[in-house]
Amino acid sequence: MSLSPDEVKSIAFLARLSIQEENIEQYSQDLSNIFGLVEQMNAANVDQIEPMAHPQDAMQRLRDDVVTEENQREKLMSNAPLTEAGLFLVPKVLD
Amino acid sequence: MITKSLTELSTSLKAGDFSSVELTQFYLDRIAKYDGELNSFITVTEEQALAGAKAADEQIAAGTAGALTGIPMAHKDLFCTDGVRTSCASKMLGNFIAPYNATVVEKLNAAGMPMLGKTNMDEFAMGSSNENSYYGAVKNPWDLERVPGGSSGGSAVAVAARLAPVATGTDTGGSIRQPASLTGITGIKPTYGRVSRFGMIAYASSLDQGGIFGTSASDCAMVLETMSGFDPKDSTSVERDVPNMSASLNDSIKGLKIGLPKEFFGEGLDSSVAEVVNDAIEEYKKLGAEIVEISLPNTHLAIPSYYVIAPAEASSNLSRFDGVRYGYRCEAPVDLTDMYMRSRGEGFGTEVKRRIMTGTYALSAGYYDAYYLKAQKIRRLISDDFKKAFEKVDVIMGPVAPETAFKLGEKTDDPISMYLADIYTLSLNLAGLTGMSVPAGFSKNNKMPVGLQIIGNYFEEAKLLNVAHQYQQVTDWHKQAPSAYTGGE
Amino acid sequence: MEWETVIGLEIHAQLSTNSKLFSGSSTEYGQEPNTQANIVDLAMPGVLPVLNTEAVRMAAMFGLAIGAPIGRGNVFARKNYFYPDLPQGYQISQFDKPIVELGHMDITLENGETKRIGVTRAHLEQDAGKSLHEDFAGMTGIDLNRSGTPLLEIVSEPDMSSAKEAVAYMKKIHELVQYLGINDGNLAEGSFRCDANVSVRPKGQKELGTRAELKNINSFKFVERAINIEIERQIDIIEDGGAVVQETRLYDPDKNETRSMRSKEEANDYRYFPCPDLLPIEITDEFLTAVKAILPELPAAKFERFMNEYDLSDYDAGVLTASRETADYFESVAKACGEPKLTANWVTGELSSHLNNDSLEITDSPVNAEMLTGLIKRIADKTISGKIAKEVFQALWAGEGSKDESAADKVIESKGLKQITDSGAIEALIDEIMANNEGQVEQYRSGKEKVFGFFVGQVMKASQGKANPAQVNELLKKKLS
Ligand SMILES: [Mg+2]
Ligand SMILES: [Zn+2]
Repeated sequence: MSLSPDEVKSIAFLARLSIQEENIEQYSQDLSNIFGLVEQMNAANVDQIEPMAHPQDAMQRLRDDVVTEENQREKLMSNAPLTEAGLFLVPKVLD
Repeated sequence: MITKSLTELSTSLKAGDFSSVELTQFYLDRIAKYDGELNSFITVTEEQALAGAKAADEQIAAGTAGALTGIPMAHKDLFCTDGVRTSCASKMLGNFIAPYNATVVEKLNAAGMPMLGKTNMDEFAMGSSNENSYYGAVKNPWDLERVPGGSSGGSAVAVAARLAPVATGTDTGGSIRQPASLTGITGIKPTYGRVSRFGMIAYASSLDQGGIFGTSASDCAMVLETMSGFDPKDSTSVERDVPNMSASLNDSIKGLKIGLPKEFFGEGLDSSVAEVVNDAIEEYKKLGAEIVEISLPNTHLAIPSYYVIAPAEASSNLSRFDGVRYGYRCEAPVDLTDMYMRSRGEGFGTEVKRRIMTGTYALSAGYYDAYYLKAQKIRRLISDDFKKAFEKVDVIMGPVAPETAFKLGEKTDDPISMYLADIYTLSLNLAGLTGMSVPAGFSKNNKMPVGLQIIGNYFEEAKLLNVAHQYQQVTDWHKQAPSAYTGGE
Repeated sequence: MEWETVIGLEIHAQLSTNSKLFSGSSTEYGQEPNTQANIVDLAMPGVLPVLNTEAVRMAAMFGLAIGAPIGRGNVFARKNYFYPDLPQGYQISQFDKPIVELGHMDITLENGETKRIGVTRAHLEQDAGKSLHEDFAGMTGIDLNRSGTPLLEIVSEPDMSSAKEAVAYMKKIHELVQYLGINDGNLAEGSFRCDANVSVRPKGQKELGTRAELKNINSFKFVERAINIEIERQIDIIEDGGAVVQETRLYDPDKNETRSMRSKEEANDYRYFPCPDLLPIEITDEFLTAVKAILPELPAAKFERFMNEYDLSDYDAGVLTASRETADYFESVAKACGEPKLTANWVTGELSSHLNNDSLEITDSPVNAEMLTGLIKRIADKTISGKIAKEVFQALWAGEGSKDESAADKVIESKGLKQITDSGAIEALIDEIMANNEGQVEQYRSGKEKVFGFFVGQVMKASQGKANPAQVNELLKKKLS
């Protein structure tokens, strides 16, 4: 298993991570090694096995449809890098 | 003071031997004195600690104090603490003031435990050495050239160096048990669903579980009991009564069936670690336990499947760190994509990026079945291995880690070698079981601590603590502390 | 060449819950930005989702109403992508195990035939926030009030073959979700919106053409226009020797054109996987039984019943069951006055046209069901004629009378509109008119029966419309012969 530098770039884009050009090669090696390790799974025959998404064999609990929250805008927006008029600001979104 | 158990501290506080403010100040002073070189805290919350202590003293005076009232503690810096920086040891959250308390923090605050501060860790809990911290590596108090383990290395070191009586941690693949083992203290990871995950910054949601570090099983029992329990804010929290974990500590373990998985004692296990673990098993025989050879045949698949499942969940969990609502935003982004790419690229450290990319790739179109789905099927195999084993035995024992604390920098260039350090711990996160590490002695080779791992069936924390406590009644490994930080006190 | 169109719709219907799908924040529309976004909706570090019962119940109601099996162990999945109005960096949605499985919806075509449209699935998911593009010094503002509001995404089979069919289907779903009380039907506020997958192929060809997805259209009119314009665009491309590209397109109502949204396309590898923060949703028999018990009568059943029980034409039954509120209004009047046909005429006639003129919903009608009941009773017992009744209705509409059944009586009384049924009085009027119009009397008697209408008109005029028309007819005939 090996991941080319181009594959690393496209994964990094999918994950929205800027990677310095000079580090691409290292990431490509590391990820190749990790997937080499991961592919030890191929030794197991799991055709008939149900996937296990969760450690518990339980079902979802449901909440009553009640409004419990009050406006805390000031507090909750105080960590934001940039705000105006009660809005979070980001560079222009183009549709 | 630092040799007292929580029960003894509680008794002294109530008897008026010292106040909570005095006790808390005592620990704050120790932190100020020693933590410069250990680096176990990211944030020391002196003000909150003393305010909490003052309130505790009032409760004690009013006679409304509980068993833990007035005893200070530390929290791993991924538990959200209202009004206090919660950084996850990342540049990404370097300025993040959490606007709410994690349920665990809420419960321990309510129990009257002043918060000394927020402890260092591997960034976003990703790592086994605590070298992946934006705030610098944490040093092992037994040997400053060695790692304390991770990811809850700061909490482990704070307790090992007696800078805090107890500290919270989280365990996704061994992050409580491994640092407890490497620093010579007691740490327990409860069953998945026992402790609320609300307010615990997620690494891998189906594996993460909060737990506690202390110097003894009985200290851990007192705090774990308090932090456990159903939380309506966490859908994966289990509606199940929490037993009185201290009450059963003294139960006899005569006839206890201990399973020893042969896969935990094979190739790769350092012989000096094996020796310590075997000695501990001998001790259990003396206590009347019965030893049963068992097999967990899919153990070798735990690492490969874990390194799909955990990064996959992490890649998604960490998408919220986008520089929009909180956290790091890069300087002068030219457009939206640039803001995302650089905020995340600059805000996350190397290991975090590595795991996000691993998970992103594993989930991407065309690879899902080969990686994620397969890993989930293997997860069931591993879980079934344990189910079968627990039909025959009461607890399972073995080493926590294949070797003792390694040198700082020794494995940083080779992520795979670091991943292999979790071989004995992460299979039970995949299954969701409870496990703990109990100090069992020191390696003949390097004099570093070695922990014994005890694994329990679902919701059998009280049984584990009982089994550990019985061992601690006949041994004093848990009382040994690094003399550089505890000598003369 | 002859072309054939293939259309499938994905409708997003906001569920009318009080609180959000996974948090206790209010879902109320139109509040100050970010005042209804709590720590969960803002995806603060460490927060976790807890599922709203009501959203599950509403989705199950929809499933039962379209004859679909309900997924007994349906599962939430994460759909991963980056967008500033998506705080988690993923949408919690459902992927391979939706809550509503294959169902169907029948629509009526223009030629009166019924066509069955398959509903592939419907699933629960979170809504995103809103991006505000007004100028904030060249930046975009993000309001997360809507973030986490429950949506039911209703996905159809590609069973529609014209824009008209697509609109008919969309209207039927719109009608149904309102009937069920699970959606407020407000297209303008974005509570009900639609994506249309459109492709064309040469008539007779088996395989589907390449489709374009038209995003987020929130009016019936625009859906029809957007689809038609897109069909034209695709046919033009193919006829010019080109190939349609699979992409997402945005309909611009001002220019009446669709345009490519490639910016949303650049990375649509959504990396779905089961959400580890949520467990499978168990739908038990008890749960389904309870949902069935509260399921209201559905439009189709109500339509049949109205025709049988009230002996209505299918046109009237169709109009009256088009909305649950209209049906309820009709039925309450019809039952109270015992005159279903008369009631049907009034609701589909006078009331509807007044509502239309004033752009009012039936629930806001100034003439409520009790008031109309009072009015119709007076028509039935001949206190007033149908014509006078319109005058009374107009007065009631303008606010005269009280808001109860006695309103019509009060107006009739105060305006002196009571019908004249005293045959002596009517005969007196007839005698006078015959005396003044001897010429016409002659004409009638010599066989020009058309003149009869003239006499009726004169009598009604003289009585200011209050003479009972049937009696006028009868007495006139007697006197003129
Ligand atoms: Mg869709
Ligand atoms: Zn959708």
